Amino acid sequence: MDFKFDIEKNMEKVRCLETFIEKNRQVPGVLIPVLQEAQGLFGYLAREVMEIIARGLDVPVSKVFGVATYYTQFTFMPKGENDISICLGTACYVKGAQEILEEVQNILGIKDGETTPDLKFSITSTRCVGDCSLAPVVLVNDDIYPNVNKKEVKDIIAKYKVEVECYDHL
Amino acid sequence: MITYEKLVQMSLEQRAILEERLLKEDKIEIKDGFIVLKGDYYKEQIRIALKNCGIIDPGNIEEYIALDGYKSLARALIEETPIKIIEQISESNLRGRGGAGFPTGRKWNEAYKTLSDQKYFICNADEGDPGAFMDRSILENDPHSVLEGMAIGGYAIGSNQGYIYVRAEYPMAVKKLRIAIKQAKEYGLLGDNILGTGFNFDIELRLGSGAFVCGEGTALIESIEGKRGMPRNKKARTSHKGLYQQPTILNNVETIACVPVILQRGTEWFKNIGTEKSTGTKVFALVGKVEKAGLVEVPMGMPLRNIINDIGGGVQDGKALKAVQTGGPSGGCIPVSLMDTPVDFESLDKIGSIIGSGGMVVMDENTCMVDIARFFLEFTVDESCGKCTPCRVGNKRMLEILTMITNGTAELHHIEDLKEIAEVIAETSLCGLGQTAPNPVLSTLNYFYDEYLTHVKDKKCPAGVCQALITYSIDEKCIGCTKCVKVCPTSCISGNKKEQHEIDQNLCVVCGACFEICPVSAIRKG
Ligand SMILES: Cc1cc2nc3c(=O)[nH]c(=O)nc-3n(C[C@H](O)[C@H](O)[C@H](O)COP(=O)(O)O)c2cc1C
Ligand code: SF4
Ligand code: SF4
Ligand code: SF4
Ligand code: FES
Repeated sequence: MDFKFDIEKNMEKVRCLETFIEKNRQVPGVLIPVLQEAQGLFGYLAREVMEIIARGLDVPVSKVFGVATYYTQFTFMPKGENDISICLGTACYVKGAQEILEEVQNILGIKDGETTPDLKFSITSTRCVGDCSLAPVVLVNDDIYPNVNKKEVKDIIAKYKVEVECYDHL
Repeated sequence: MITYEKLVQMSLEQRAILEERLLKEDKIEIKDGFIVLKGDYYKEQIRIALKNCGIIDPGNIEEYIALDGYKSLARALIEETPIKIIEQISESNLRGRGGAGFPTGRKWNEAYKTLSDQKYFICNADEGDPGAFMDRSILENDPHSVLEGMAIGGYAIGSNQGYIYVRAEYPMAVKKLRIAIKQAKEYGLLGDNILGTGFNFDIELRLGSGAFVCGEGTALIESIEGKRGMPRNKKARTSHKGLYQQPTILNNVETIACVPVILQRGTEWFKNIGTEKSTGTKVFALVGKVEKAGLVEVPMGMPLRNIINDIGGGVQDGKALKAVQTGGPSGGCIPVSLMDTPVDFESLDKIGSIIGSGGMVVMDENTCMVDIARFFLEFTVDESCGKCTPCRVGNKRMLEILTMITNGTAELHHIEDLKEIAEVIAETSLCGLGQTAPNPVLSTLNYFYDEYLTHVKDKKCPAGVCQALITYSIDEKCIGCTKCVKVCPTSCISGNKKEQHEIDQNLCVVCGACFEICPVSAIRKG
């Protein structure tokens, strides 16, 4: 799927990022914090944004790409309005997390790492969110669902569908 | 600014207030003058790294001070020379809790002896083992213990700049740390001229970005420097040449949290806990198919069985214990026959596992050991940085073979291939990730060889996990209710009402729907 980054619409955030870069460009090793700031602002790292960073820090674009693509936390595609992350860490895995991931994929019709075409949902599997005693764990945005079983998945997703619909009617 | 006298006085006053609050909440009891959590779960535990967790309010520095917080730092700065501190840590025999178990005092001494204008003290809070969360708990519930331990370490080695490298998945820990650092600075316990002694120590936070290998010391340093976090070719030790080529100490969160307590209560006290070579306690994340999952801190040397049964309440749902995995992707699976093994650095090493960072995953009869080995290999392949060939290519080959075994296309010689590749990877990889990656495979091959054979020869998965090897069949318990017929997506179940039904294996797509719906458990999986 292709997403176009609209620089005009994002001008305010771009300014924020440029200010952040300006303020911190002398800090040693600042490239990663800048990428984190950018992802926080835009939700993902568009090519255009990485070019802005390269210019701001006066480093080659290839260096920015190289570092950004190394770390799994950085994404190059926008996430859905609701990001469903399923923990596939060891504790969750032995308690059936794989089944839960498959169920989410079936319901939403997309694969792990993808976003639905309407940008409402995305699936991101993670490796341990540090709540292993509550395994298996599913996070939707910042909401945590402990001890999830396969049958509950539908209801969990439905919650966010309703909210999205209400939002649309406003 | 706060002075030592004021700190002691504040501690006295706050302790009374804290005790009153806690007694009212009825969560604690007072044992030998120390506040400990109440309840069976905590009875067998000795809490050093977790001593304040669940007791104090992490957002209130005065509650930390109430329980002797920052006294060790104050005494170190006022009464002791750096070398005296290092001697005490060496004497206590504290060993790194991050995985390798390296003696902390010896490491500090190296950095102390190396002359330089600038040295660094880094706290490794990357907690990469999926299934371990003790570092998170300490950071969120007792952040000041880490700050104090780091400041003591900084003083000991002669560093005035600390970094905490926190895992990206732990936003709450970052928040708590930010608050704690701010408070400590306000109280003059961090920053410039700490307690008026002229010692400066500042701490900066750095967030990880989701790369397991960045938990490895040199990769973490590369990452702080803003690069791709790949391990360095180790020509020099980081205690000589680390961050920005300066002497650098890297310690795990739990290791650091032990430091103030050791100085406060004395090296003799610490050495009396645990075993001779593995002193003190270790925190374990007891998770998986265990009744009471959670963090447990026990003296080193406690047998596995006691941890799982006495503290964890045994296996969930009355199932049979099959194995315990310790040490995460670098560790091994310990079979039930070895449950009396004492948990310390040496003993686990002997049986092909490690303590690692303290993950302890309980597995029952429904866990397939081949699938677990495949799971860890998949993790390693995902996380390999690709710098060296044995790890980058070798682990992929191993994963391919394991995948073949779990989907029934492997032959006997593949098992031998696995062993051979594993040996080469372990011997020739550049960093710890590659060197230890074969452990989950080797330990399962060692202790669960029959299970591998059943997969390869009989094309069956005894635990009923490997999808391609599962078949469903209906036994004589069937009452002919036809519920399964209605849910079967391929209409492959037939039979007369009130009579035993049958599955046409040629059409069955092993979806498991019938298995889940059968009211009398007449459908067998295996
Ligand atoms: C692949 C890999 C990942 C590691 N991850 C961590 C980690 O997440 N946390 C940690 O404290 N140590 C980790 N370590 C161990 C560190 O390299 C280092 O030994 C440790 O942080 C030193 O601190 P300690 O002596 O206090 O244990 C890892 C090592 C390797 C090889
Ligand atoms: S062993 Fe693996 S993770 Fe370590 S340097 Fe080699 S490729 Fe990278
Ligand atoms: S496992 Fe699925 S396809 Fe096979 S018999 Fe049962 S319901 Fe039908
Ligand atoms: S659901 Fe169970 S009892 Fe009912 S027909 Fe199927 S196998 Fe028999
Ligand atoms: S393994 Fe899932 S939260 Fe830790």
